[in-house]
Parts: sequence; structure tokens; C-alpha cells
Amino acid sequence: MLRKRRSYLIEILTAIGLLAAPFVLPLLNFAPDTVNRILIWGLFGIGFDILFGYAGLLSFGQSAFFGTGGFVAAYLLTRAGYPDVLTALLIGMVAAAITGYLVGLIALRRTGIYFVMITVAIAEVFFFVEFSPLAAVTGGENGLPGVPTPVFNLGFTVLKFTTGWSLYWFLAACYFVGIVIALRIVRSPIGAILNAVRENPLRAAAVGHNVHGYKLTAFVIAAAYAGFAGGLLGVMQAFMPPDAFMFQTSAQLIMQTVIGGVGTLFGPLLGAAVWLYLQDFLQAVLHLGATWALVLGVIFVLLVCFLRRGIMGGIADLYALLTGRSKRAEPQESESFEGIDNAEAATDASAPLPLAVRERQASSGPILQVSGLTKRYGGLVANSDIDFVVNHGELRGVIGPNGAGKSTFFKMLTCEVKPTSGKIVFEGRDITGMSVTDACQLGLTKSYQVNQLFNRLTVRENLSIAVLAELRGKFRLDMWRRAENIPGLAEQVAHTLALVNLTRRADTPVSELAYGEKRRLEIGLALAISPSLLLLDEPLAGMSPQERVDTVKLLKAISKGRTMIVIDHDKDSLFELVERVTVLQEGRVLVEGTPQEIEANAQVQEAYLGGMAIA
Amino acid sequence: MFNGLVLGALLALIASGLTIIYGTLGVLNLAHGAMFMLGGYAGYLAFTHTGSFIIALIAGTLFVLVVGVVMERVIIRHFYARTGEEQLLVTFGIGMVMVETVRFFFSSLTMSVPSPEALSGITSIGFMLYPTYRLALVGIIAVALGVLYLVLYKTRLGLTVRAGIEDSVMVGALGINVNRIFTLVFGIGAMAAGFAGIANAPVASLTPDVGETILVQAFVVVVIGGVGSFPGAILGGLIAGEIISITAMVDPAYSYVMLFVAMTLVLLLRPHGLLGTASRE
Repeated sequence: MLRKRRSYLIEILTAIGLLAAPFVLPLLNFAPDTVNRILIWGLFGIGFDILFGYAGLLSFGQSAFFGTGGFVAAYLLTRAGYPDVLTALLIGMVAAAITGYLVGLIALRRTGIYFVMITVAIAEVFFFVEFSPLAAVTGGENGLPGVPTPVFNLGFTVLKFTTGWSLYWFLAACYFVGIVIALRIVRSPIGAILNAVRENPLRAAAVGHNVHGYKLTAFVIAAAYAGFAGGLLGVMQAFMPPDAFMFQTSAQLIMQTVIGGVGTLFGPLLGAAVWLYLQDFLQAVLHLGATWALVLGVIFVLLVCFLRRGIMGGIADLYALLTGRSKRAEPQESESFEGIDNAEAATDASAPLPLAVRERQASSGPILQVSGLTKRYGGLVANSDIDFVVNHGELRGVIGPNGAGKSTFFKMLTCEVKPTSGKIVFEGRDITGMSVTDACQLGLTKSYQVNQLFNRLTVRENLSIAVLAELRGKFRLDMWRRAENIPGLAEQVAHTLALVNLTRRADTPVSELAYGEKRRLEIGLALAISPSLLLLDEPLAGMSPQERVDTVKLLKAISKGRTMIVIDHDKDSLFELVERVTVLQEGRVLVEGTPQEIEANAQVQEAYLGGMAIA
Repeated sequence: MFNGLVLGALLALIASGLTIIYGTLGVLNLAHGAMFMLGGYAGYLAFTHTGSFIIALIAGTLFVLVVGVVMERVIIRHFYARTGEEQLLVTFGIGMVMVETVRFFFSSLTMSVPSPEALSGITSIGFMLYPTYRLALVGIIAVALGVLYLVLYKTRLGLTVRAGIEDSVMVGALGINVNRIFTLVFGIGAMAAGFAGIANAPVASLTPDVGETILVQAFVVVVIGGVGSFPGAILGGLIAGEIISITAMVDPAYSYVMLFVAMTLVLLLRPHGLLGTASRE
């Protein structure tokens, strides 16, 4: 109950803030036009914050969508003679969203600086197209004058919004709807997944999410917000200016968002308030003329250097400091001592939950059949002609000296790397050449040799990301559903937490975990999707002897009712754990057998154990 | 055609600065356009005080070298460990501060540096008449690119820098002071932009915003040529110069559109650029 009520607190506070603004802000020398502009930039920024703050995509080309939405709406309302402002704005928004979809298809093919450059380039193209080829429609450098303000005929009364504070109410209503929608998106599974995509796109794809699809979703959302805000700019100024398309627009949006605080949704509004207020203040009161931009530039650089989370982040830190809410300084030591007992407890916990065990047919035949698998990198042959069969319920070990091609082999099995030739059949289905996401959705996944976690999220959030992939499939647009209301999510996360013995650390951010804990979470991420075949790439790597003992215990516990393939260098631990062992050497299968057979095999001793007697 | 060569050579020089900085330090310097502009203004100041174009050229170049070194030492250095997005944001902000500082002192009015006496006037090159300085500019930039080539490919420093582009962690592990190399590379990269800025000043008039378009064009050049590749920057520069000038003969409005279309095509067909490799992303 309490939780339910608290969850609308932000919406209520926003409404109160918006209602109070016209009475408070004039006392602080805010002109009504400035406040209106702040709202438009704030709305524009909500979409951008979802794109940059959540999905981690820094676009320098948002002006393209701001301008598109603005000009479509303005054209409808002026030259086309369309009467209704609100629907014109919505049509502009849809136009911007469609444009965003098309641009996103191209831009999202690349990441990092290439993504940045493509967005800049595309936005420049839009600017030039507006300026000359389409000048007849858009007015070119003159823009489109005469955009009307909204009028609503409610039957009993006519609501007319004109300029200044009158228009404020219309803009405030738009902003409120915008923020409510954004808050829902952020709290939906999509919000959680966008966070994961930002933190570690590779792992987000590997646990079974369609990363490209979600990035595109964020891109379209941002474009839609931009388009609507662009339309509002025309309405507010009674004129649609061509500057909307300029690089300066994208740049100002980015700077305002960063100044206000990235990933907060309200940051852009706050940033716009600081930006526009200072602009007014420095120009009108201090008569600094064009120098305002210098002052803001310096503020921006200082903020990027010293206050990484912007003003919102600074306020949050200050609040935490004042209320004396100390950092979660839970004793880390006691954890490892109790770890052993809990591992026993986890053994029991592994049985009851039906979800965790995929509708498994009482099959005993092969779950994985690999034939003739070969991988060449240029002249280098990493794997050649590997035949490999694993049965349902089997616990298989793979060993081999460094460079034997074990990790490449695993990468081909999980479809991270395409084999040069050969065939992989998983549960009777040919998965050769599938994407890693699809393979994971079928129930085949891997824990990585080097931890691939979502570092800024908590342990619980990490596991939720993986569980969501299993419960929702690889792509779903359920923006209206609250993530925590998804049936089975909480149970499966709790179950996995217990399984890898991290229940007590559930709300700790990954970056604060000890190495052994991170290692367990790494395994947990793979376990959380309830795989029918689990690959473990050196689960014991880098662990202390005590941690190894605990982890072997843990692996034994989770192996009940699962099929697992384990690579490790720690021969003793591995042989204790698995039923059969495959030895790889120079990219080929050397021999296969029970641990006892392998230990006794002279060939293996020669190749892998260096001919030494086995201790 | 010939306009394209002049523009192409200029872009090649600016883009090489951008690309060696990115290749070595992993930082995409969004203040690069502002450095081009600073070179022009510093040269302008030197010219008005001395009246010598040569001194202006040297002063503009050295000034931007110093700016680059200071910027790396004071700010950029602390951003190597931060995310790529934060690096972009900070260099973008620094660029803005540079532009606005120049605007503060010089206002937005356009300035111009006359071309040096010896190189003014018009030369006949057989089939057409062409401003002498523009001809000379191609030569000046070719020399600058040649010097950059010699430094990068024929000196120990250049060897270290190129090794750093391949793998800067490894270079550090070999006991070479990577920090000093980084500072130097940033300075040299900035210097290339500054030199281009003053060399170009007699051709195009100076405004505080002159760097903005140049920066975007230099990006395109780097992407076309392959990020981190010095030869790629030169090839990309020449291609971009020709695309812009040939399209401009038909309709100037489309010259940028064509340039970006070319970039998008390159990215889709050869994701690492014409001469780039997959080593750096």
C-alpha cells in the first residue's frame, strides 16, 4: 500500500510545481516567455534523456526531429489551413517519430563516435534540405510565420490560449502528460532494459534481449518528444524558425541536459531553466551581450569536470549528506564466512521452483550435437573439425592447454562467433549462424570468462534483466506495464539470488561487490534465464582456494536437473565436478572420457599435463 | 576541380590532426574546429602587429600548439578514464568556451588577413586564371603534410605515436612515458588545425564560428578515410574536397548533402572507412 502511494509522489509533486510556477516564478524575475521556453526545452529534453541518460546513446542530431515535427505542424496550421492545433502537433510528432525510425535504422548500425557522427551528418542534411530544396514548402530561411495558438471548444465554454501565462497552462499540461508518460516508460521493463543496454550492450544481447530493437525504440521515443516540442515552439512564437534545424539546437539540448543532470528526466527542465534564466539575466540585467554564451560554456565545462551528474545529481548528493544517510557500509567480511552454510541452503532452494526447470521432456538423448565445427581466422585455425555430443542432464568438462581453442569453441556454441564450417544442433534444431540473442531465447547461454555485468545496477536489477528476457521474449513493447508487476519476476529473481547465495547483497550495486561475489553473479546471470544448456567459461578463474571450494559446491548444487558444460584450468576441481571430460588440443578433440580415464590417458599426460606424473 | 583540391588539402591537414589525436588518445576532439579558428585569430593578431605573413603563420601555429598542450595537461588528461560520451561533452564545451572567448575580444565581425605580397595576384595556369595564393596554399599545405608525414614515419617519436595508435597500453608497458607522448600528440594534432587556420585566413575571412563547419567536414573526412589512419585522412580530405566543389558547381545547396550521403555510403559499405582497420572503435 505504502509503496503504491509513494510511486505517484513524483507525478503529484510535478503537478503541484507546475500549478505553483506562475505564482512563484514572477517573483524571481522569470518572464512568462522564458518559463514557456523552459517547458518546451524541458519536454524536448525528456525524450533526449531517455535516449542518452537511459539507453546511453549520445545523439548530436536531435534538431532533425525537433525541426521535422515543428515544420510539419506549422505547415499544417498555416499553409495547409488545418484548423486544430493539438492534432496538428500530434501529426508533427508522428512525422518526427517516423523520421526517427528511419534515421535510427541507419545510425544505430554503428556505435560510439560513429553513431555521433552519423547523427550530426543526418541533422546537417535535414538543415540543408529545409533551407533550399524544400524552401517553397518550409519558407526556407524565413521559416513559417502565422502559427496559431490552441483553442478548445468544450461545448459549454471555449478555452483559448494566447500568449504569456495564458499559453503557459497549455504548455504545462503538455509537459505534465509528457513527464507522466516518460515516468511510465522508465518504470516499465523497457526502462530497465535500456539501463542494461547502456551499461553492457554485449551482455544485454547475450541474456536474450534484442538490443538493436530497444535502442531503436529509445531513438523513436526521443524523436517523438522532439517533434512535439518542435511544434510547440512554433505555437509559442507564432512563427516556426529555421534555426530549429540548426546544430546549435542539438548542442543546446545536450548542454542543458548535462547541466541539469543526465538520467533524471527532470534534468533537462532544470538545465533549461538555468540556461534560459542566465541568458536573460546576463543579457538584460548585466548587459553582457553575447558573453552569456561564454559564461554558460564555462559553467558547462566545470559541470562536466566536477559534477558528473549535473545539478540534479548534486542536489541528490547534498540531500544524502544533510540527512546523514550513510553509505551502505554493510560488513563484507561476515558474508564469506556464512557463504558456506548458505551454499547448503541454496541446494534446497534449487529444487522447488518449477519455472527454473524448463518444460523438460523426460528426454535422455542428446541436447547438443556438433559436427565438423571449424573456425579459421585468416590462416590461423582456432578450431578444426570438432565433433561433440552432450546428452540431457549431463555434466561435461572441457580442458585443454592455453590456445587449444576452448573459448572459441564456446563462442561458436553460443552463436557469438560464426563458424567457418560445421553444424550445431541444439535440442533438435539447427542453430548454426543464429544470433546470440536467439540462441539464448532457445535456452542456451554462457557465463563469461571475464565478468560481463551491468556495473552500475544492483545485484537484483542485474538478475531482473536476465529474467525479463526469459519472461518477455527478446522484444516486446510493454511500455505501460510496471516492471515489478510482471508475474514470476520477483520469485525467479529471489530464487536465483538464493541459488548463487547473494540474497543479502541484493540491493548492492555491482561495482561495490567483492570479486568472488561478482563471479557468482556472473553465473547467476546465466542461470536466471533458466537455460536448458548452461556453458560455464572458467567459472573458477581468479578465485582463491576457499572460493573455489565454495564455487564447486555451488556448481554441484545448480547442476541438479540441468545440463552443463564447464571449461576450467583447475583440473582437480573440474574432475571432481563433472561426469565426462573432453580434451581439446590445438583446436581438435584429443580424447574424451570419464575423469578417471582422462587421468590415466598417456596422450593427455603428454599433451596437457606436460608428461608429468599426476599429483 | 581546383577549388576542390585546395579545400581537400585543407581538410586533409585538419583531419590528420583530428585522426592522430583520436587514434592515439582515443579522444574525439570536438574542440578541433575551435583550434582551427584560434590559429586564424592568433595569426591575425601577429600579422597586425608585425605585418609579416610568415611571422603570422608561425605565431598562429605555435599559439595553438601551446593551447593544445595546456588543454591536454589541465583537462583532457583527467578524462582518459571516463566514458567516451564525457570526453565528447568536455571537448565540445571547451570548443564553445574558445569560440565565445574570441567573440568576447573580437566580436562577431569578420576579420581578414591579406595574402602576402609575393603571393598575391593572379596566375595563369595554362587553361585558367587562378588566384596565386590559393595555388600557393596547396603547396604550403602539402609541405605541412609532408612534415607531419616525416615526423610520424621517420622519427622515433613518430614510431612511438604510431605504436600508440595500435595499442597504447602496450607502449606504456614497454617503459615509454605514455603521458608525455599523449601531451605531444595532442599538441601536434592541435598544431595541424592551427596551421590550417592561419594558412587559410587569406582565402576565407575569419569569424568566431568559422571552425564549426570545418569541424563537421573534418569528421566526415576522418570517417571516410578511416578513423585513426593518417593516409586515410589525406585520401578522405581530397575526396571530400572534390565532392563539395563538384556538387557546388551544379548546386551549392546540395554540396553538404552529397558529402554526408558519401559518408553514409562508406559507413554502410566499408564500416571502418576506406583505409581504416578494425583495431579502434
